[in-house]
Amino acid sequence: MTYVHMGTTALERPTSRGTTQARRRRVVGLSTLVVLLVIAGAVSLAVGARALSPADVWHGLFAAPDSDQRLTEIRLIVQTVRVPRTVLAIVAGIALGVGGALIQGYTRNPIADTGLLGVNTGASFAVVAAIALFGFDDPFQYVWFAFLGAAAAGVVVFGLASIGRGAGNPLTLALAGQGVAVFLAAMTTAVALGDKESLNALRFWNAGSVAGVGFDVIWPVTGFIVVGLVLAVTTLPAINLLNLGDDVARGLGVNIALSRTVGIAAITLLAGAATAACGPIAFLGLMVAHVARYLTGPDYRWLVPYAGLLGAVILLACDIVGRLVVRPSELDVGVLVALLGAPFFAVLVWRGKFKSA
Amino acid sequence: MSGKDLRPSGPDIQPDGAEVRPNRQDTRPAMTPGVRLGTVSFVWRPWNVLITVLLAAAAFLVFCLSIGIGDFPIGLDQVLATLLGRGEQVDEFVIMDLRMPRALAGLVVGIALGVSGAITQSVARNPLASPDILGITGGASAVAVFLVTVSGGTAAAVVNAVGLSAAALAGGLGTGLLVYFLAWRRGIDGFRLILIGISVSAVMEAITTWLLATADIRDVARAQAWLVGSLDGRSWDEVRVAIWGTLVLLVVVGGVSFQFKPLHLGDDVAAGLGVRYTRVRAVLLLCAVLLAGVAVSAAGPVPFVALVAPQVAMRLVRCPTPPIVASGVVGALLLIGADLVARTALPIGLPVGVVTAAIGGPFLVYLLVRANLR
Repeated sequence: MTYVHMGTTALERPTSRGTTQARRRRVVGLSTLVVLLVIAGAVSLAVGARALSPADVWHGLFAAPDSDQRLTEIRLIVQTVRVPRTVLAIVAGIALGVGGALIQGYTRNPIADTGLLGVNTGASFAVVAAIALFGFDDPFQYVWFAFLGAAAAGVVVFGLASIGRGAGNPLTLALAGQGVAVFLAAMTTAVALGDKESLNALRFWNAGSVAGVGFDVIWPVTGFIVVGLVLAVTTLPAINLLNLGDDVARGLGVNIALSRTVGIAAITLLAGAATAACGPIAFLGLMVAHVARYLTGPDYRWLVPYAGLLGAVILLACDIVGRLVVRPSELDVGVLVALLGAPFFAVLVWRGKFKSA
Repeated sequence: MSGKDLRPSGPDIQPDGAEVRPNRQDTRPAMTPGVRLGTVSFVWRPWNVLITVLLAAAAFLVFCLSIGIGDFPIGLDQVLATLLGRGEQVDEFVIMDLRMPRALAGLVVGIALGVSGAITQSVARNPLASPDILGITGGASAVAVFLVTVSGGTAAAVVNAVGLSAAALAGGLGTGLLVYFLAWRRGIDGFRLILIGISVSAVMEAITTWLLATADIRDVARAQAWLVGSLDGRSWDEVRVAIWGTLVLLVVVGGVSFQFKPLHLGDDVAAGLGVRYTRVRAVLLLCAVLLAGVAVSAAGPVPFVALVAPQVAMRLVRCPTPPIVASGVVGALLLIGADLVARTALPIGLPVGVVTAAIGGPFLVYLLVRANLR
C-alpha cells in the first residue's frame, strides 16, 4: 500500500510511539517553515535596488512622517514598494502551494499543476482579449479580467467534468481541464498573433511577477485567497479518504460530490486569484506538492499546510534573488522559480525521494 | 499497489468507463479469439481494426481534398489519377511540386506526434503525459527563440549555416536526450522520467519566457509565429528527411511493440510474463523522443497533438490503453484536417498549430462528456 495514514485509526493514536514522534517532527518542521518565512519576509523588506539597513526598515515601517528628506524616501520605498510585493509573494505563494497540493490530491495525478483546470490559460486569454477589445495599456486594469477568465475556465472545466455519470471523476477532470486549456491557449495565440499590443502584454504577463502591484489589488486578491483557504481546510480529511478510492470513501461516509465541488472551488479561487495578481507560475505548485509529500507523507491534513508555507518561502526567496542577480534591474520571479527550483527538484526526483500522488 | 503505479487502481477510475460498459461486453463472444503468426501473437478485435481502417480512410480522403483545394482547384478524381501517375501535366506539377510537400509534412508530423504520444502515455501510464514534457518542445523552442531574438553575429551565422529548424531540432533532441539520461538510473522509470522531463521543460520554458520578455517586439512576433508550429512553405528536401526518419522509427516501434501490451499491467506482471521491460521501455521511449524531434523539425512545436490524439483514439477505438496505430492515424487526421481548415475556412492565415489545438481540445472534451452522459 502506498497510503499509510498516520494517526487515522483511533486504536493507534494513543499507544503508538512512532505516531507521536512523527507528529512532533511535523510540528517542528512546520514551525521551522514559519520561522524561515518570517526571516525571508524581513530580508525581502531590506533588499532591492536600494539596500536598507534593519534600522531603516524599522523606521520605514513604523516611524511617523517627518521632514527629513532621506527618511521620507525610505518610508516611501518600504511602504509602497517593499511591503506590497512581500505581502503579495507570501499570499500568492501560500495560494499556489496549497492549490498545487489540492489539485494533485483531487486528480490523483502527480503531474497535475495549478494550471490544469484551465486557470492559467483562462487568465491569459482574458488578458489578451481585454487588451484587444478595450485597448487597455495599464496592467492593473486587466487583473480583474484575468481573475474572471481564470474563474470562468475553472467553472467550465468542473461543469463539463461533472455532467452525467462522471461526477468529477479525477481522470475526466484532468482531461477536460487539458482540453479546455488547449482550446484557450489556441485562442490566446490567435489573438496575440493578430494584435501586437496583446502580444506585448502577453510576454510580460507570462513571465510572472509580484512587483508593481498595489494594495488596492492585493487586499481583494487576499480576500479571495482566504476564502479559498477556508474551503480547502474543510475538505482536507475528505481528500485523505477519497484517495483510498471512491467506493471506500463513500463507505466511510464522505459526500463525494460535495467534497469535490468544494475542493475544486477552493483550487479555482486560490490559483485564479494568485495567477491574476502575479501571472502564471504553475510549476511552483507542482514542485511544492511533491516536496511537501516527501516531508510529511501522504496525509493531506499535514501535506497542505506544508505545501502552502513552502510555496510562500520559495516564492519570496526567488523574488529576493531576482532583485539581486541583475541589479539595478530585476529578473521576474516566475522565471526564477523555474530556473532555481527545477534543477533542485530534478535532483530530488533522481534520488528517488518522491512517491506518486 | 506498487509505488510506480501512476494510474491509481480502483473500479471508478477506469478511463471514463466508455470501454468497460457491460452491455457492450455481453454481446461479444465469451472469448476474444487470439491470433498467432510464428512468434507474433495478438488478439483479434474487429471493432478496433474497423475503426482504425475507417479513420485511415478518412485521413486519406482529407489528404486528397487538401491536395485538391487551393488557388488552382483540382477535382478529387483528378487528384487520384495524378497520385496513380496518370494525371495531366498541369495537375501533376501543381500537386507533386507545390502541394504535396505541405500535405505530406502534415501527414508525417501527425503520425509521428500521435505515435509518440501513445508511447509516452503508455509507458508513463499517465494520460497527461506527452512528449511535450519530455523536453523536446521546450528545448527546441528555447533554441529557436534564442536564435530569433538575439541579434548577435554568432546567432545569425548559425541560422544562415544550418537553418532555424535544424538548429531548433538539435536543441530539442539535445534536451530530450538530456532528460532521458538524467532520468536513467538502473533503467528508465516512467514516473521519474516525466517528473525530470517537467523540471527540464520548466527551465527551458523559463528561458524562453525571459528571452521573449527582454527582446525587441518585432523579434517576439517572429518567434511567436515559430512557436505555434506551421506547415507553410515546406520544401521536398525538408519533408524527405522527416518521412524517412518517421518510417525508420515506426518500423522499430512496430518491431518492439508486440512486447508492449503487458507493460500496461505493471512492471511486476510484465516481468512475470517474460517481458524484458527495462529494455523494451527504454527503446520505445527513445523512439518517442526521436519521433517528436522529427515532428518538430518538419513543422515546429505543434502543440497538444501528441496529448490529444492518443486520448481521442482510445475513446474512438474503445481500447483501455492508448492504441499506437490508431493514435498515429488520429494525429494525421487532426493535423491535415486542421491545416485544410486553416487554409480554406479561416479568413486570416492562422498557423496550423492554433487550429489543431482549437479543434482537438474541444473534441476531447466532447468525447469525455458523451461518455459520461451514456
